[in-house]
Amino acid sequence: MNKHTWLGKIYLWLVLILLYLPIGYLIFYSFSSGRNMNHFKQFTWLHYQTLFQDNRLLAIFLQTILLALLSGLIATAIGTTGAVMIDRLQQKRQQKVFLALNNVLMVSPDVIIGASFLIFFTALGIQLNFGSVLISHVAFSIPIVVLMVLPKLKEMDHTLVDAASDLGASPRQIFSRILIPAMMPGIAAGFFMALTYSLDDFAVTFFVTGNGFTTLSVEIYSRARQGIDLEINALSTIIFLFVLVLVFIYYLLTTRRFKKNGKIGGVIK
Amino acid sequence: MKNKRHPGLFAIPYVLWIAFFVILPILLIVWYSFTNTNQHLTLQNYHTFFANGTFLRMSLNSFWYAFLITLATLLISYPAAYFLTKLKKQQFWLLLIILPTWINLLLKAYAFIGILGRQGLVNQFLQLFGLGPVNMLFTNFGFLLVATYIEIPFMILPIYNAIVAIDPALIQASEDLGASKWQTFRFVLWPLSRAGVESGIQAIFIPSLSLFMLTRLIGGNRVITLGTAIEEYFMTTMNWNMGATIGVILIVMMILVMLLTGNKPAHGRRMHHE
Amino acid sequence: MKRLMIAVGAILLACLTLWGASLKLTESSVASGGKRLIIYNWGDYIDPALIKKFEKKTGYQVIYQTFDSNEAMYTKINQGGTAYDLTIPSDYMVTKMRRGKLLRPLALQRIPNRKYLGHDFLHKSFDVKNAYSLPYFWGTLGIVYNDRLVKPGSIKTWDDLWQRRFRHNILLVDSARDMIGMSLASMHYSMNTTNALQLHLAKAKLDQLGPNIKAIISDELKMYMIQNEAAVGVTWSGEAAEMLSNNRHLHYVLPKPYSNLWFDNFVIPKTAKNLAGAYAFINFMLNPKNAAQNAAYVGYASPVQAAWQHLPQAVRRDRSFYPTQKMVKKLMVFKDLPPKMVQKYNDLFLEFKMYAR
Repeated sequence: MNKHTWLGKIYLWLVLILLYLPIGYLIFYSFSSGRNMNHFKQFTWLHYQTLFQDNRLLAIFLQTILLALLSGLIATAIGTTGAVMIDRLQQKRQQKVFLALNNVLMVSPDVIIGASFLIFFTALGIQLNFGSVLISHVAFSIPIVVLMVLPKLKEMDHTLVDAASDLGASPRQIFSRILIPAMMPGIAAGFFMALTYSLDDFAVTFFVTGNGFTTLSVEIYSRARQGIDLEINALSTIIFLFVLVLVFIYYLLTTRRFKKNGKIGGVIK
Repeated sequence: MKNKRHPGLFAIPYVLWIAFFVILPILLIVWYSFTNTNQHLTLQNYHTFFANGTFLRMSLNSFWYAFLITLATLLISYPAAYFLTKLKKQQFWLLLIILPTWINLLLKAYAFIGILGRQGLVNQFLQLFGLGPVNMLFTNFGFLLVATYIEIPFMILPIYNAIVAIDPALIQASEDLGASKWQTFRFVLWPLSRAGVESGIQAIFIPSLSLFMLTRLIGGNRVITLGTAIEEYFMTTMNWNMGATIGVILIVMMILVMLLTGNKPAHGRRMHHE
Repeated sequence: MKRLMIAVGAILLACLTLWGASLKLTESSVASGGKRLIIYNWGDYIDPALIKKFEKKTGYQVIYQTFDSNEAMYTKINQGGTAYDLTIPSDYMVTKMRRGKLLRPLALQRIPNRKYLGHDFLHKSFDVKNAYSLPYFWGTLGIVYNDRLVKPGSIKTWDDLWQRRFRHNILLVDSARDMIGMSLASMHYSMNTTNALQLHLAKAKLDQLGPNIKAIISDELKMYMIQNEAAVGVTWSGEAAEMLSNNRHLHYVLPKPYSNLWFDNFVIPKTAKNLAGAYAFINFMLNPKNAAQNAAYVGYASPVQAAWQHLPQAVRRDRSFYPTQKMVKKLMVFKDLPPKMVQKYNDLFLEFKMYAR
């Protein structure tokens, strides 16, 4: 067993190295005084200096994070209620229909999502700005939240809910005492996936943005016309550090929570 | 099951979302696919699709690439997800795996252009061993590599969620009863984690059918998928009707895939618990 | 539950902070109080210093937004949910937008600096009376080669690209009209042809080029040529100018028998709200000194003939970027073809890309 985990660790490290290779590459060249990512010339902070004087880019950066957090939050709330609803449907058939509908956006090409949302906004006369982008990001993040939360509900012992309500618990109590703790890992995963989708999206935003609002990916795309600018590498480094800090905070929070969760989890199982 | 459980008012936003952002867009796309640029009803678009060898070959191509990408992702991700469940600080490791997805796709694609290029990292490494520059950018291999790279975290996560939910006592029992490693995997671990694998496949196979940014950036437009075609019809040709038609066909394919990877295992697990 | 509420609160608080911070950043970067002028242009297609200068001079607050293709721009303006005051479509798109009733006729008397424009660049087929558009930049389609991999002077015509020695070494630009047009031109057919036979011959000839093609890409072409990734690239003159300034081994050729002449033009969309600002901006950009500064920055050729004297001799004398009048006469401007024909070009090109091996 010991040897087993040892091998596993090596394998995981290999996967991680693969996952981080391109990011490391970006970061490495953010310190190069050269003009491209082929040869490291000299160490320099130059790209960071230009970055911090570029108010426009920094504002776009902040707005992109704002968009991701806000859309992630709304999508998680709606998606969680959706998962609870689907779980409560009595017929397997109904569940399947809803799941299928739920997954449509997950599997539709971004271009189609973007184009159809654009037609939709046009039909309703909605202006293209932060609002339209936010609505779109919420819309395409909801299904992943449902997919993350639903398994948690499925593996939860439903007799527990019945027992609680037999013992006189109100729906509210059942929701906050039983459902929420059971769904919590799914909700957290869903929120993080929603963040991921939002930060990663390019095509949908490209369609539905306008009137002065841009996200980082659209901005990068339009800047990439001149070939990649190492200022963007510097920005990726900052984003990466920022995410690292977030992860560290999250980690501290979860390690504390884990002790508690262990007990609750034991009860549920 | 008690009949007390019924969908309540709390789910109204979700239902509204389904109505406005799922059903309505589908209807719009279906409508577009059955009309021509002058808004007249027609079957011409479908006729073009099925009568024209180009589109059928494109569909086959897309299927083949999506299959390879999904397979490669699964082969890499399953062991990773499994080993993850054996570790102590799982949440931390999981975060490490999700973290790269937060760096924008375009940025990672550009990094890969640097890595795979003629004077890139891989070729510089190969030169240390006296091997000549290998062309990797703008090849099928390069495209598959980068697509797999992008999808790995999206496969690890659902599989991990499924494996971690398995009662470790079951594995223990299987081993105690003298099952080999392979038997334990084949008859205990795999069936119990299938739901995760299936949602991972769902989350990867169909988006892979319609990749378009990577086909251009890494494939140099020498890999053409249904997604590339849709993008062309919507953005370049502005023949939204034909683009919508390909979209409808993609949606049909998606439904087929979802029927094939139905929800049976979840059922099985429920039975086990009761 | 409580922990969940705290998390939600923390996220909302973070959102609020981010919103405040981003507001502060954008505030400090623009002059406050001025009327807004929203310009919708191609990415990196203007000298930012000129925008600052314009803002200072007129007090308008310029908001600069970018698009990456004529079609994307058309979609956005057609949608109606935007309020751009000025945009820069290419030649055929001017016709398309005019037909789509998306343009406002120009009040030419409000643009006195139009007198500086060269006569060769006015009254073109896409807008004969210049009633809707004035040229911003112009250029050609041509070939860039790397003299470390190709003997200088050995590429003169389009046909040279079909030679065996360029196997897997050519980068093409991802544009149906341009690439099929190139093939048409190499066979001495019109680049605006609607003849089905000629189109099929052109496509068949393009298929022959398959083994020589390394990739069919768009903006990244510049980066690859600069990094010596390929020997030959087919691209537009302005892009080529920028490549040349970054890699001295690169050269630009305007191939025989003829090529495409294109224009990007100022137009005022129907959605414009700040007309006075739009006219002021066009006029400002047509001022010879400003036009020269812009041309020097962007690298494309300016139609403001009076600006040429402000450009360095080496640039002005370079016949591949500023061809003689006689050469210009031979070049062909794209016409806006009927939608069916555009579709035909695109379908043929997509088919070509599918089978390009």
